Amino acid sequence: MSPTELDTQAPPFAEPHVADQTADVALIVNGRALRLVIDPRVTLLDALREHLQLTGTKKGCDHGQCGACTVHVGGRRVLSCLTLAAAAQGQSITTIEGLAESDRLHPMQQAFIDCDGFQCGYCTAGQIMSAVALLQEPCGPDDDDVRESMSGNICRCGAYPGIVAAVQAVRGRRR
Amino acid sequence: MDPFRFVAAADEHAARAAASAGARYLAGGTTLVDLMKLHVERPRTVVDINALPLTEIAETPGGGVRVGALVRNSDMAHHPLIRARFPLLSQALLAGASPQIRNMATTGGNLLQRTRCYYFRDTSAACNKREPGSGCSALDGCNRIHAVLGTSDHCIATHPSDMCVALAALDAFVLLSGPRGSRVVPLVEFHLMPGDHPERETAIEPGELITAVDVPPLGFATRSAYVKVRDRASYAFALASAAVALDLRGGEIRDARIALGGVATKPWRAREAERTLVGRPPDAASFRAAADAALAGARPRAHNGFKIELAKRTIVRALTRAGAMA
Repeated sequence: MSPTELDTQAPPFAEPHVADQTADVALIVNGRALRLVIDPRVTLLDALREHLQLTGTKKGCDHGQCGACTVHVGGRRVLSCLTLAAAAQGQSITTIEGLAESDRLHPMQQAFIDCDGFQCGYCTAGQIMSAVALLQEPCGPDDDDVRESMSGNICRCGAYPGIVAAVQAVRGRRR
Repeated sequence: MDPFRFVAAADEHAARAAASAGARYLAGGTTLVDLMKLHVERPRTVVDINALPLTEIAETPGGGVRVGALVRNSDMAHHPLIRARFPLLSQALLAGASPQIRNMATTGGNLLQRTRCYYFRDTSAACNKREPGSGCSALDGCNRIHAVLGTSDHCIATHPSDMCVALAALDAFVLLSGPRGSRVVPLVEFHLMPGDHPERETAIEPGELITAVDVPPLGFATRSAYVKVRDRASYAFALASAAVALDLRGGEIRDARIALGGVATKPWRAREAERTLVGRPPDAASFRAAADAALAGARPRAHNGFKIELAKRTIVRALTRAGAMA
């Protein structure tokens, strides 16, 4: 069940495979085309962590209540714990590992460091994936607008003031 | 999760063909996958319908809007037609869940959301909705979040949706496609009260697929509001919510729409409350009278009596907000 680089001879996204107990799933993860043959019960979160060894995405509640597992699917932020990997067939996935360009951090990653946007760090990957997506969404200019738009990401350390500051810094609303 | 067969349906015909007994359609998955992890939902087959072409939002003759069943909640909330014509619907959608979940959750899936009753979600508890005839642990259990309207001796679970409350106020219709053709069900008749059969939640028949929701034209819906009260400021289910619209002319209320969430077993249209407003001025006394009428039939349990006054104040606040609009 280990991932394989997609065979370039094969059609990149064939008709979804239907079988009783396995799903043949093609994904593009952080720009890499991959193929997984997995139990259809595997969530996108578990596919990333357990099958692709991309452990930057975190499992918090595993029930859509904390946001730690936030990734981008097709450029939009979603919860990977409530997404079946098989239902992400053919989709382009971005995780926290895919944000930086070689050694250059994404501006949001840098802002979280500069603004003290985390303490223990467990929620941080989800926070940053949410914050990066927020930049492309309709969101008002004020701190309260950012708080509302970031409400799907819980931080038990309570780093919220730093998180809001980081998002506003990247949006040019604060220095 | 219990094992299941996964089928990705390429079109509506394939979806319905794969939807044999014990199957579930998968759209956003935000309810279904969660409940499958809890073993509350145990489908033998999961039919992925995300490839179906049900993602359009289109204007209908006369100024209404048709929303495809697979339109994501965030896309509906931010759509110019919804924002301009039905602000209460946009507000209700944005009051629900989180941005991530709204990017996943669909129109059709939101209609079929299951209750957040603790006992429904816990397979070790008695629940007539999950296991007909097993009893109801909520009746004499922790029932702070439960319903005060539309309850029965067998179930007091609230309907969790925000979107459906706005759609109830707007007299929306649910479009269904099934083995025997297509049909249209008024949203206020789509969800069923628990009665003696809490396991029957909607008018949907086996094999039927929700294809769209029609929101008919309503000129005065531009003067509308959705107010939601919850235990925290965001990302929580409603303790009480109100979707209202006011037709205000010459300092008098000509027509009104009021629907409630968080307090009832289904998206709750408060028609008596609407009638009390007609012909009256849009002031605090009128709004309070309407709120009293809306909750007249409320039946509290041990821990949810506070919801009656909370719901009344929520209605008053929503009406006040709508009344103050330019």
